[in-house]
Amino acid sequence: MTDLTELGVAAIRDGVAKGDFTAREVAEAFNANVAAASALNAFIVTTPEKALEAAGAVDADRAAGKALGSMAGVPIGMKDLFATQGVQTTAASHILGGFVPPYESTVSSNLWAAGAGMLGKLNLDQFAMGSSNETSYFGNVISPWRSRDSNAELAPGGSSGGSSTAVSARLAPAATGTDTGGSIRQPAAFTGITGVKPTYGRCSRWGVVAFASSLDQAGPMARDIRDCAIMLGAMAGFDPKDSTSLDMPVPDWEAALNADLKGKKVGIPREYRMDGMDAEIEASWEQGKAWLRDAGAEIVDISLPHTKYALPAYYIIAPAEASSNLARYDGVRYGLRDLPEGAGLQDMYAATRAAGFGDEVKRRVLIGTYVLSAGFYDAYYTQAQKVRTLIARDFAEAFEQCDVILAPTTPSAAFPLGDKSDDPLSMYLNDVFAVPASLAGLPALSVPAGLTQSGLPLGLQIIGKAFDEQGVMNAGLAIEQRANFSAKPDRWWA
Amino acid sequence: MSDYRIQGETGEWEVVIGLEVHAQVTSHSKLFSGASTTFGAEPNAQVSLIDAAMPGMLPVPNAECIRQAVRTGMAIEAQINKFSRFDRKNYFYADLPQGYQISQLYHPIVGEGSLVIEADEKAGIPQPKTIGIERIHVEQDAGKLMHDQHPTMSYVDLNRCGVALMEIVSMPHMTSPAEAGAYVRKLRSILRYVGSCDGNMEEGSMRADVNVSVRKVGAAELGTRTETKNVNSVRFVMAVIEQEARRQVDLIEEGGTVVQETRLYDPDKNETRSMRSKEDAHDYRYFPDPDLLPLELDDAFLEECRASLPELPDAKRARYTGELGLTDYNAAQLTAEVETFARFETLLAATASQLDKSGADVATQVANWTLSVAPGVLKSLGDEAQMEFNTAAANAAILKLVDAGTVSGGQAKEIYEIVLRTGREPDEIAETEGLKQQSDTGAIEAEIDKVLEANPDKVAEYRGGKDKLFGFFVGQTMKAMQGKANPQVINELLKAKLG
Repeated sequence: MTDLTELGVAAIRDGVAKGDFTAREVAEAFNANVAAASALNAFIVTTPEKALEAAGAVDADRAAGKALGSMAGVPIGMKDLFATQGVQTTAASHILGGFVPPYESTVSSNLWAAGAGMLGKLNLDQFAMGSSNETSYFGNVISPWRSRDSNAELAPGGSSGGSSTAVSARLAPAATGTDTGGSIRQPAAFTGITGVKPTYGRCSRWGVVAFASSLDQAGPMARDIRDCAIMLGAMAGFDPKDSTSLDMPVPDWEAALNADLKGKKVGIPREYRMDGMDAEIEASWEQGKAWLRDAGAEIVDISLPHTKYALPAYYIIAPAEASSNLARYDGVRYGLRDLPEGAGLQDMYAATRAAGFGDEVKRRVLIGTYVLSAGFYDAYYTQAQKVRTLIARDFAEAFEQCDVILAPTTPSAAFPLGDKSDDPLSMYLNDVFAVPASLAGLPALSVPAGLTQSGLPLGLQIIGKAFDEQGVMNAGLAIEQRANFSAKPDRWWA
Repeated sequence: MSDYRIQGETGEWEVVIGLEVHAQVTSHSKLFSGASTTFGAEPNAQVSLIDAAMPGMLPVPNAECIRQAVRTGMAIEAQINKFSRFDRKNYFYADLPQGYQISQLYHPIVGEGSLVIEADEKAGIPQPKTIGIERIHVEQDAGKLMHDQHPTMSYVDLNRCGVALMEIVSMPHMTSPAEAGAYVRKLRSILRYVGSCDGNMEEGSMRADVNVSVRKVGAAELGTRTETKNVNSVRFVMAVIEQEARRQVDLIEEGGTVVQETRLYDPDKNETRSMRSKEDAHDYRYFPDPDLLPLELDDAFLEECRASLPELPDAKRARYTGELGLTDYNAAQLTAEVETFARFETLLAATASQLDKSGADVATQVANWTLSVAPGVLKSLGDEAQMEFNTAAANAAILKLVDAGTVSGGQAKEIYEIVLRTGREPDEIAETEGLKQQSDTGAIEAEIDKVLEANPDKVAEYRGGKDKLFGFFVGQTMKAMQGKANPQVINELLKAKLG
C-alpha cells in the first residue's frame, strides 16, 4: 500500500471519493507522522481526535452516498492564529495562554464544511510577527530541511513556519497560513512547498487573531498549485461579518488551471534586481523567465519605481495597526493576567503585557505607538500611507504592460536559526520581495523552483492583478510543471 | 450677545460656552455588533463577542445608526458628508475592551449646521439666536465600571459598551447659562422629533461636555477653557457654567491662570473639580480604523433619509401660529415635546372630523383642552384615571358637545372624569347623568320671567342704568336652571327681555 502521507489534497480527495482508501486511514497516517515529529515543534496543540472525527464523518457520508465536499477526507494543519472553537488558540503568545475560543473562524469553518479535518494547531511567530518562527512563545519550529554543508538547524520561515514545516515534512498534506508581509510566501519558499496569498478580502478575517488588519490575508500552503487552488476555493468567500471581505463569487480555480501562457505577458520588475543579489537567487529568477517563455509567455521589463520605499512603509503601517490591535490583550477579560500584590489597573496592564508579549511583539507595539504619536503621525504614518498609494499605483501601471509579475520570493534560501534573531533589520529584509504585493493587496504566490548548491529549496514568486488568482496560479503551474520539484527533506526527526 | 455678566473685583466678565452633547442613537442593536441596546438589563447580559473584543472579532457598521446620524444632520440643516470614515481613538481603560474607541476624528459624517434657540425675555434671551454646530460624528460608547460591588475590586458591565453615540459639537456661540440650557433643550427636542435619540437624560441617553472660558467684556481673545465632562441634566449644565465661570474669574483676579483641563461636576456640592490636566492628557493616537471601509453614502440613501424626516419643531410652531391661529405661547407649549404635539394633532384631527370643521376652526379649542383642561382633570384624578379610556375619539366627542352648546365647560370636565373612570361614551354620560345645559328657549324664558317677576326693584334699577345688575339676573336664572342652561342663550334672552 502506498504511503498515504505522500499524497496531496487532490489525490486524497479523489482516492477517498473512489474508495481507494478511507478518510480514516488518511487521518491515522498523518496523525502518526504528527506524533512522531515532535522534534520539529511544528504544532502547539495536536488534535488527532478532531482529524479522526472529521474523517469518520466523511467516510459515513460516502457510505451513505452523500455528496462529498471539496476537501473531503483531507486532514490539515491549522495555523494557531485562527480561532478554533473548543481548541486552544494562542497566536503563539503567552498572553493568550490557555485561551479557548467559544467561536470558530470563518475560514476554518469553511474548511470543515468542505470536509477537511484538523490535525492540530500550528506553531508560528508570535502574533505572526517574524520571518523565522523564533518569536513563538512555544519555542521555534525547526525546518525539516538541512543544508548539505552543515547540520545547523534552519529556520522554516515565518510567520507560517509551523505550516511550512508540517506540509514539507509530510505531517499534513496542506495547512492554512496567513500573510501580512510575506508570511505565507517566504516560509513556503524556505521549505519547498507552494503557498498562495490571495487578493486582500478573498478570505474572511473574522476569527483570525489580528496583526495588521489592512494587510492580513489567509491563504493555503500545500504541495502544489492544484492543491492550493482546491484549498483556496474552500477557504474563500464573502463574509458579512468582515467589512473588508470581497463580495464577489469564488471562481472554480482548480477547474480553470491552465499552464499554457500563450498570449500572456510576464513582467520583470527592474527594481527587484538589487545590488549584491545572491547569485543563486538571480540564476533561479533567470530560470523562471526561461520556463515561462517556454510556456508561451512573453517576458517584458517593467518598472515599480517605489519598491525601495515598500519595506520602510510596511514597517510603519503594520506596527501602527498592530499597536492598536494588540491593545485588547490587557488581562481584563481573557488570557494571561498578572496582578501584582496591591496593583491598580495600570499596574496590571503593565505587568500583564510585560509578561505576556515577547520581545518582537513589544518592539512592534513600541514602533507602532511611536509612529502614531502626536507630532510624529504625519511624518511617519501619513507618509507611509502615501507611499502605499504610490506602490499600488506602480502595480496598476505595470499591469497595463503585463499580466503577471515574476520575482524571487526571498533574497536567500533558509538561514540557520539564531542567525538573524539579534538583528531585526536583517530579519525584516527577508520580506523585501514579498511586502510590495501585500501593501497593494494583490494576489501572489511562491512556488518551488529548485535547490541551491547546498540543497536548500528556493521559491519563485508570481504577483498578479487584484482578483486574478487564476492568472497567478496558472503562471505558477507553468513553473511547477517545468521545475519538476520533487526534492524532500530527509526524515531525520523520527 | 446676552447681557450675562460676572461681576469681578476688576470689572465685568463675560462667559463663552461650547457644548459637546453625546446622544445615544435610537437603534435596536449596537453600532458595530448585533447586541441589544435595551436599558436596564442585568450586567453583561447584552455583550457580543465583538463588544468584549475577543481575539479576531471585527466590527460591522449598523446601517440604522448611520441613517439616524444623517437624519439628525439634516434636521439641523447641516452639510452631510457623503464620504466619512471611522478612526480609532486609542487608550487603555477597563471599560473599553478593544483598547480603542471607534470614532470619527478626521472625516465626520455630518459637517456644519445650526439650530435656533427661542427668545425668552425672562431668561435674558431678548431675540431668537442661532447657535452654530460644528459637526456630528458617530462613535462607540464605553462600558461602565462598578466600584460598589466588592471591597477591593471593581466590576465591569459591558452592556453599554459599543452602543452608538452621536457627538454633537457646538461652536462656542453661547454666552450665558440660559442660552446653554435653551440650546440643550432645543437640541433634545429636535433629536426626539427626528427619533434619533430618546433624550432621556436620567438614563444617560444624553450627556454634555461643557466647555467654559471667561474674558473681560469686550476682549477679543478667548480665554483658556476647561471642559467639564458628562453633565447629565439641563439644570446641571447651567450650574456648571455658573460655577465654572465664577471660579475662573476668581482665580484670574487672584493672580492665577486657568489651565486647560478636564473637570468633573459634583452635583451634591455644586462645584467642579479637576480630573486631569492637559499635561497628563492622553495621546489618543487617532488613525483610520483598518477594519472598516470608508462610509460612502449614495444619493438614494440620502433621499430616503430626507423623505423620512418629520415636520421639525420650528416649522411646526410656525404652522401652529400661522395656519392654525394659535397664540405664540400655546404653539410653544404644544411643540416642546413630541408627546404633546402628537396628542394635540391626533385630537385636532378627530375633533375636526367629528365637527366636520377645518383644523384651524377648532385648533384653539383643542389647544386649550390639550394644554389646560385635560391635564387639570387628569391631575385631580391621579391614579384613578384609566388611560386606556383616554382616547382621541372620547375627547373629541366631549369637545363636540361643548362646541354644540350641549354641555358647559364645567360639565365637560365632569363628563371627562366619568370617561376616565369608566370608559363610558360621552354622549351617553351627558344624557344619563343630566350633564347637559339647557338651550331650550322656552324653559329658560319661563325661568327668566320668574326671576324678573321676583325682583321688580332690581329690574327698575337696571333699567335706570345700573348695567352691572345684568350679571345678577344671569346668575339667578342659571341657579334656577340648576346650572344647566346655556349661558349664551340666557344672555340673549335676558337682553331681549330687559330691553
